[in-house]
Order: sequence, then structure tokens, then C-alpha cells
Amino acid sequence: MGVLITALLVVGLLFSAIASFGVLRLPDFYTRLHALSKAETLGVLFTLAGVAVSQGLSPTTVKVLLVALFFFLTNPIASHAIARAALRTGQRPLGETLDHR
Amino acid sequence: MDLTSTFVAVAACATALALAYVHRLAAGPTVFDRLLGLSGFGTSTTTILVLVGSVYGRLDMFVDIALGYALLNFVGVVAGARYFERLDGR
Repeated sequence: MGVLITALLVVGLLFSAIASFGVLRLPDFYTRLHALSKAETLGVLFTLAGVAVSQGLSPTTVKVLLVALFFFLTNPIASHAIARAALRTGQRPLGETLDHR
Repeated sequence: MDLTSTFVAVAACATALALAYVHRLAAGPTVFDRLLGLSGFGTSTTTILVLVGSVYGRLDMFVDIALGYALLNFVGVVAGARYFERLDGR
């Protein structure tokens, strides 16, 4: 059991690290948002899954999984809201690869 | 290595990684970069809250705080995005 918990936590930390380095190093706003929205969501899901496994079967486990579900639903919505606001106020992606109006 | 020290180590690493979002929050060239940093920082903070709750053995209390924080963070980011969308990104 301990091995499973540690593995989940380390995988979650790895994804969070990818998200953090992406937000630090990527060149423009949309690529940074890309790094944050996907990698950070997965990192949180893995970390919370590790905590949930460590609690065994209890009401607290259900609450931890509810927090994970909340992130699974709301993190993409928040990222989409930010990206839409940026696109509508005239931020342009690097390279102009999109046909956006 | 017992489980509590694993949680402490993971929480410390997550805190160090959250500094990237603080940098983006303080130095982001556009206002949307700052919003992105806020969103990422809130997400990391929620994870850290749950881990700290595990360390102290009071997860039943900390998970409620984490849920409330996540809710406030989500509402704040969406409201900020809508606000700056109307304000034309200035």
C-alpha cells in the first residue's frame, strides 16, 4: 500500500513540476496556459488520489475524491475563460498559426 | 521512509514548485499571465492544504478548507477573466 501511495504522489509531483517549468519557461501566454491547464490538472488528480488511497475507506476519502472531481471539472473551465478573454482582447499566439477573427 | 515524512517531502516540493506561479503572478507581461499565475497558485495551494491535513492527521477538517479555497479560486479566476475581457486587457 505504501508503495502505491508513494508512486501516486511522485507521479503527481512530476506532472506538477512539468506544469511549473512550462509556466516559467514557455515563450508566450497561450503556451504557458497550455502547460498549466493540462499538466497541473493531472498532477492534482494524482496527488489527491495518493492521499485518498492513504486514508483507506472513510468519509474523508469521499471528500478528497470530491475535491479531485471538482478540479477535474473546473480547471479546464477556468483555463478556457482566461484563454477566451485573452483572445477577445487581442492577444495573438506566437507564429499566428490560428485563423482567428 | 514512513508515510508522514513522504507527505512532508511532497508538500515541500509542491511549495517549491508553486514559486513558479508566484513569479508569473508578479512578473507576467500581460494581465492574463497574472491571472494564469493566480489560477495555478490556487490549485497548488489546495493540494498543499490536503497534504498538510494528512501530515497533521486532521484531513477531515483540512479537506473542507481545501474545497472552500478551490471554490473561491475558481470563482475569482472566472470573474477576473470576464472582468478583464470587458476591460479590453488593460
